[in-house]
Amino acid sequence: MKNHPISRRAFLKATGLTIAVSVTPFGYELLNASERKAEALSGFKPNIWFEITPDNKVTITVASVEMGQGIHTALPMIIADELEADWKQIKVRQGPAGAEYKNPVLDDQLTVASASVRGYYGPLRKAGAAGRAMLIRAAAETWKVPEEDCKAEKGTIQHKKSARKLTYGQLCLKAAKLELPKDTPLKKESEFRYVGKPMPRLDIPKKVSGAAMFGLDISLPDMQLAVFARPPAYGAKPISYDQKAAEGVKGVSKVIPTPQGIAVCAASLDSALKGRDALNVKWDKGTHPQLDNDFIEKSLIGDLEKPGATVIKTGDVKKALGEAGKKVEATYFVPYVAHATMEPMNCTAHVRNDRCDVWAPTQGPLVAKFVASQVAGLPPEKVHVQTTYLGCGLGRRARPDFIVDAVSVSKVVGKPVKVVWTREEDIKYDAFRAAMSHRIEAGLDSQGRLIGWSHKVVSPSIMKDIAPQAVVGGVDFMSLWGLADFPDSPHANRIMYEIPNFYLEFLLSDLPIPVAPWRAVQNGPNAFVIESFIDELAHAAGKDPLEFRLQHLKSNMRAYRVLETAAKKAGWGKPVPKGQGRGIAYHSCFGSYVAQIVDLSVNEKNGAVKIHRVVAAVDCGPVINPDTIKAQIEGGITIALSSALKEEVKFSNGGVKSANFDDYNVIRMSEVPEIEVHIVESKEKMGGIGEPGVPPTAPGVGNAIFNATGARIRRIPFTPERVLAAIKNK
Amino acid sequence: MISLNVNGKNYRVNVSDDVPLLWVIRDYLKLTGTKFGCGIGECGACTVHIDGKAERSCAIPVKEAQGRKIITIEGLPENHPVKRAWIEEQVVQCGYCQPGVIMQVSALLSKSPKPDADKIINAMDNVICRCGTHARIRRGIKTAVQIARKEGRV
Repeated sequence: MKNHPISRRAFLKATGLTIAVSVTPFGYELLNASERKAEALSGFKPNIWFEITPDNKVTITVASVEMGQGIHTALPMIIADELEADWKQIKVRQGPAGAEYKNPVLDDQLTVASASVRGYYGPLRKAGAAGRAMLIRAAAETWKVPEEDCKAEKGTIQHKKSARKLTYGQLCLKAAKLELPKDTPLKKESEFRYVGKPMPRLDIPKKVSGAAMFGLDISLPDMQLAVFARPPAYGAKPISYDQKAAEGVKGVSKVIPTPQGIAVCAASLDSALKGRDALNVKWDKGTHPQLDNDFIEKSLIGDLEKPGATVIKTGDVKKALGEAGKKVEATYFVPYVAHATMEPMNCTAHVRNDRCDVWAPTQGPLVAKFVASQVAGLPPEKVHVQTTYLGCGLGRRARPDFIVDAVSVSKVVGKPVKVVWTREEDIKYDAFRAAMSHRIEAGLDSQGRLIGWSHKVVSPSIMKDIAPQAVVGGVDFMSLWGLADFPDSPHANRIMYEIPNFYLEFLLSDLPIPVAPWRAVQNGPNAFVIESFIDELAHAAGKDPLEFRLQHLKSNMRAYRVLETAAKKAGWGKPVPKGQGRGIAYHSCFGSYVAQIVDLSVNEKNGAVKIHRVVAAVDCGPVINPDTIKAQIEGGITIALSSALKEEVKFSNGGVKSANFDDYNVIRMSEVPEIEVHIVESKEKMGGIGEPGVPPTAPGVGNAIFNATGARIRRIPFTPERVLAAIKNK
Repeated sequence: MISLNVNGKNYRVNVSDDVPLLWVIRDYLKLTGTKFGCGIGECGACTVHIDGKAERSCAIPVKEAQGRKIITIEGLPENHPVKRAWIEEQVVQCGYCQPGVIMQVSALLSKSPKPDADKIINAMDNVICRCGTHARIRRGIKTAVQIARKEGRV
């Protein structure tokens, strides 16, 4: 790999995400009792992660945000286990924005990159174990017996010899006065009480009763509601608007022009929406009036002819391709895809002279704090961010645009303001999963082994918006995730196939459409390309697609095992029912390995694809909550099917044409197949689980379509029209 | 003034006739379990029961809901088979769409206590979940049917 001049730490610094607060990279370090004497003791709080109170409750603070991935259960399981707490006494609190809550893997308090469990696992175990040791000592001192004779069990300390027992609630005030132990031994894995077991999620009862608070559910006394009129085309500016008419609408209090659009503030949402209609804004044509889907596709495919920056150069690809017995070449394309989280973007803020409060469904509380501090013109320590439940995140909610909206309006009106994005705004002003074009040329030797792979990628930059400094030498590694990763990256989002001669080139597209991470980031689109092309190569080599993969993953045990497991469970190699096709795909990202096998039928008359079953095998290393792992892989597969079969953002006249769920189609119940998830037992390094289910699905479907029809489709979504055309042209 | 009967309680709300029922339920009655997803009746997050039928509250002007019996997620009893099945099967992920999904399922089951696959798809194709809980929703429906039958609710 080319020696890239930016290290991970430099990259993180460059992102600017951490400059809002004084950085304590090991914020999870245990605080000594003496260091926190100033705080009134209401219970036993040996660190920032939990507090035991005399009412015998253990309140656990979770730094990550809950967006459906079950983190408000998984992280408490880790603490409760080492602490030897009773699961019934656990309460969960969402941690506020704070540098002390940073995830060590990310060096930030972001819930992204499937990093929560693998980041906090070690620190939380230590925190729980230290608490357990102190409770044991508190009991031993109370009874005047040796600590070795005392044992922690389900929220109590027991002295077996004298059959005495004290609860954590009874011991907490005494434990609070003790010095923190230096190094407490952790439990053996065989002693785990909760870790590794399918614990019921703690947030589900609230979500079933309707009581769970999402961002849109925030309500404050004297709160104003605000909506924005936003430009219909990229770069468009307002020519005129009728402020008086809007202010004349009953309930409307103020019209506020801002760089992102014209805000209408009112006592209720219906008034704000009526006020926005009355504005009757006329916009200019913006910067790219000719932009539509054709323009985008031509631009990205056309740019494949321009020279890019070299990212990886291993061996001599030119020579290898010159000597190859067989060469395969292909061009792939992936369109823009919207996040369309079920809860549209929203934020509530209250800016006063000396304080700013923000309530937000955000994946980046510290980003929110930094941005709010900039907009409010207050130092970060005067900004308080409280995160609500997120109605899905998908990467969209790491972007702070909705926070800017609420803080800027509240700053003007001086009251609490909730900004609500309608679904139309949520789709039109999304930062999409980036469209990309790929061209690959690869060569096989006479035995059908892969000897050379030359790959060019054209994509808009994801990092450009987040941290332009991180795009160095024209290379955006986030756009390349799945093919290549930042040097020293903890995510290992690289191509894993063993290819002796490999060349990767990247060119930044200058399309004006904002892009952002979307569940699995570009691992999704890039795996679609890699795994479809590997399938093409297997067929060119005359080999079984599973065998061909295994042949090029010989030193990768984890990849090997998930492929073999999925194949066995799905009956790979056994005949497929008549009229059906079966496809296989594999990808590893964020430290986890996933293989999937897709069974489907294609209606050759109308091109409709019906997915029957997806079988997945996953190796994510040590397991915390197996049921959550299954749920995350099921969810990953389902949303990946949605993007593989249906999703593509439509553009016209220089802006986004798609607007709502009637013209931006997502997967529905009748299209979701049976999904089987098999967890491969593994003692390897822990990986993430929120995203790795996504990448193998689209290529699995494409490969199954090829298996069923003989038609290779190098572009998603696999709409009936596209499938039909591919069958006709094969 | 609009009069509404929600979860067995009578309310009088000073709001214009054309405001969608959803916003009245959420912002005026402060029953925030019913969610806003699309505003055009496409996604089902706002589903409530009106006179026993699953309806999209975002697409119904509040005036049309006057004099009718409205039930929201908060009004569905905690021991309702669907709510219990949702916990038992761990259906929920982010949970934002689930109040609407639960209202859709409970209306379906009150009409057809043992729905076949077609009936389930007919009802459930009208709601959107972005986390991908569909496979578990199907399991949840099966379990809810069993719970209801065991308890002689059918």
